[in-house]
Amino acid sequence: METNFTIMEKNFIQHFAEAIETDATHLTMETKFRELPEWDSLAYLSVIAMIDEQFDVVIDGNDFKKLNTLQELFDAIQLRKR
Amino acid sequence: MYYTFIDDRVNQKKMAQLIFNHLNITALSAAVPSNTINNLQYTMHFPADEVREIVEKTGIYQRRFAPPDMTASDLCFAAANKLIEDNDIDKTEIDLLLFVSQTPDYRMPATSVCLQDRLGLGKHTIAFDINMGCSGFIYGLVVAFALMQQGYLRKALLLDGETRSKVYSPKDRKTAFLFGDAGVAALIERKEDFGSSFFSLNSDGSKENLIKIDAGGYRMPSSVDTVKEKVVDEYGNIRSDENGYMNGSEVFNFVISEVPSDIDTILKLANVQKSDIDYFIFHQANDFMNNYLMKKLKLQKEKVPSCIRYFGNTSSVSIPLTIVTQLKNQLDGKKILLSGFGVGMTWASCILDINQLKISDLVEI
Repeated sequence: METNFTIMEKNFIQHFAEAIETDATHLTMETKFRELPEWDSLAYLSVIAMIDEQFDVVIDGNDFKKLNTLQELFDAIQLRKR
Repeated sequence: MYYTFIDDRVNQKKMAQLIFNHLNITALSAAVPSNTINNLQYTMHFPADEVREIVEKTGIYQRRFAPPDMTASDLCFAAANKLIEDNDIDKTEIDLLLFVSQTPDYRMPATSVCLQDRLGLGKHTIAFDINMGCSGFIYGLVVAFALMQQGYLRKALLLDGETRSKVYSPKDRKTAFLFGDAGVAALIERKEDFGSSFFSLNSDGSKENLIKIDAGGYRMPSSVDTVKEKVVDEYGNIRSDENGYMNGSEVFNFVISEVPSDIDTILKLANVQKSDIDYFIFHQANDFMNNYLMKKLKLQKEKVPSCIRYFGNTSSVSIPLTIVTQLKNQLDGKKILLSGFGVGMTWASCILDINQLKISDLVEI
């Protein structure tokens, strides 16, 4: 039985995939998103919008630079949620 | 009706808020260079498919570039002459001339003073420059309104012009496709039957490095080194210290953090709802950002005009340029909200009840 946490992670992966216009099925929480072929400065803008819209969170650029996996990004969002 | 107090709720965020009465923009004109750049063909330094991706995301298909001998003041001069002609303005009644720009003719004297002479205005005309970017038109309006409020000045000309095409390097992917040139002229008058107008203005200098030109001032004076092009990042983007640069993602972060609450503030100050506003005119930075703002603020597309497709990001000129090119004959009796945000960082919004606004046809020079 899936825990609520896993469902949240699944939703997050789905939102991320939609934002950068890729297929969610090949993404996991361990995915290093900067190494994805779709990742560039335009994808980053879409991800910023997605994080704001879905989670009401804004991550400062200097903090974002330190995040490499989807898990790290997810955790950063959880930390900042109001 | 005079507002003699401001609600405490509105004051909580400690923003600079102003209310004026009996002042309005009564005429507006714009001029752009006839030299048109087609972004999809702007492929001298980047592959066509990459360029297409940028164009589709930003929504900027065309821009106007001023030739080497044309400056922002020339664009404003053309706009001002059109305004004066179309409205039969008595130049001797222009008591105030403001020039908003970050691409002036000279570091000194102020370009507005040169324009006072070029336009044949009287020596009694107060003329000075305002060095502001994307929020600049609203800052210019506030200064004009403030000086006009008491009724000692008869007419004000607010000129706003930029030649950002000369600022950014065509070899820097982050900015090469965004900026264009334009100039506007606005006539501001005071009449008893004009209603109230509302302004909110803000600044955050901690973000000074988000949009900047490093060299050419006195922090980093121009030298043989500052004009040299160099590779500035791991993507191979090239520019000199004399070129502008922008951190696009941080600017987007800033906009989504600050602009929605500033719009909330101005609506509260004016004691109106979003549904009372006929048009929201945002600074035209890029389609993606403005579409996101529209979505976040839940605004109907018909209320949010745009001209970025044709002119790109013209900095402070973009708000009045949008009005001239998209809202001709549509503003009389309408309530409009202007919102400008950018370099500084600074951000400003205002709500105006347009009485009668005579908009001239676009001038191309």
